[in-house]
Amino acid sequence: MFSLLQQTAPAAVDQTIIMVPADQTAEVVVAETETIVVTGTDAAADAAASAVGMPQLDFATFGNQIFWLVVALAAIYLILSRVALPRIGRILGDRQGLMTADLAAAEDFKRKAREAEAAYDRALAEARAEAGKIVAANKAEIDAELKAAIAHADAEIAARTAESERRIGEIRESAATDARNVAREVAAELVSTFGGKPDSGAIDAAVDSRIKGAVQ
Amino acid sequence: MATEESTGLVFHPMDQFIVRPLFGDGPVHWYTPSNVTLWLALAVLAVWLLFVVGTSGRALIPSRIQSMAELTYGMVHKMIEDVSGKEGLRYFPYVFTLFCFILFANMLGLLPKSFTTTSHIAVTGVLALLVFLGVTILGFVRNGAHFLGLFWVSSAPLALRPVLAVIEVISYFVRPVSHSIRLAGNLLAGHAVIKVFAAFAAITVIAPISILAIVGMFAFEIMVAVIQAYVFTILTCVYLKDALHPAH
Repeated sequence: MFSLLQQTAPAAVDQTIIMVPADQTAEVVVAETETIVVTGTDAAADAAASAVGMPQLDFATFGNQIFWLVVALAAIYLILSRVALPRIGRILGDRQGLMTADLAAAEDFKRKAREAEAAYDRALAEARAEAGKIVAANKAEIDAELKAAIAHADAEIAARTAESERRIGEIRESAATDARNVAREVAAELVSTFGGKPDSGAIDAAVDSRIKGAVQ
Repeated sequence: MATEESTGLVFHPMDQFIVRPLFGDGPVHWYTPSNVTLWLALAVLAVWLLFVVGTSGRALIPSRIQSMAELTYGMVHKMIEDVSGKEGLRYFPYVFTLFCFILFANMLGLLPKSFTTTSHIAVTGVLALLVFLGVTILGFVRNGAHFLGLFWVSSAPLALRPVLAVIEVISYFVRPVSHSIRLAGNLLAGHAVIKVFAAFAAITVIAPISILAIVGMFAFEIMVAVIQAYVFTILTCVYLKDALHPAH
């Protein structure tokens, strides 16, 4: 039905269309001059006048559409191929390049950090070994010194002990002599006090025998 | 019938597609600036705004608009590379032009009171014919007679090959038809349906449902606008692949 109206519409643009009751076959009367015979409502009239049915199939406008479409496509193509696409391509390329470079730099830094860590570890191990050596050397030295000192001290002690023993011996000797003398004198005095005649030989022998027993 | 006086409903779902002169009321000649001209120009303007003005910063860290431009570029670039192969990238500007034009024409057509250029078979027909002719000529120029191998299914049994060749040839020549009608038909139907719902909004009782339906339809139409641009482009890539590598 639409298409029926379409066909007639272009011809009837400037004229009024009159139709018989809507659901009957439309009887369109187009007067050549300007008079139109109308029966029934003019309900469909403005539909027929305004809607051309499928404007897509109105071939009269094809030339216009195709011409302007070609112009528009050419414009878009020029805009894109001359300006936009090279620019966007360059931006994306630059970004990609920069990212690659940054990643490479990061990788480089990582490698350097690893190297630095290895060097640090090596230095640390060396320092430890060095320290160990120094400790061992010092220990040996100290041990030697200590031994020397101990030996020295032992010798000193031995010398002192010998000296002390000698003096103790001397003291003991003198003490024994003194005791004998005192005993002899006391014995001679005692003998004389009791009216006897002190016989030095007898007294000496008696004292000696006694002292021998006491001192020993 | 298109109108029903008794309910006050007025349906003019197709009026939005009428081509009118932009100035005055005269006939539409091929050179007349018409509403087609206006909306094509707006599509060109939109492309220029997004891809030239939007990327004018050439920022390493893109702004939102530059990001959109780059993502569109990346998507179409990857599509051609995936579907047509590395050699297809030589034709990237042409395919990208098609995609951008269809996408923006579709989206602009969704603006109220606008004119949808891609709902016209004249427009989509030219687009499809450009692809068809371009791909066919390219196929023969690059492969010579080997391009005809596209129709000779060498993997099929020998007896079947002539039959298949006839089918292949028919399907090859139907390509531009389906290619163009798919795009125009989708947009035309969606826009007409929205208009019909809009007419129902005149009735108070139905108005809320009608308005909800329009909202739903509109969302659906946005999806259709993008998908149809995508479909048109990916089919172009497929045809391009056939031209570059015609062997079955």
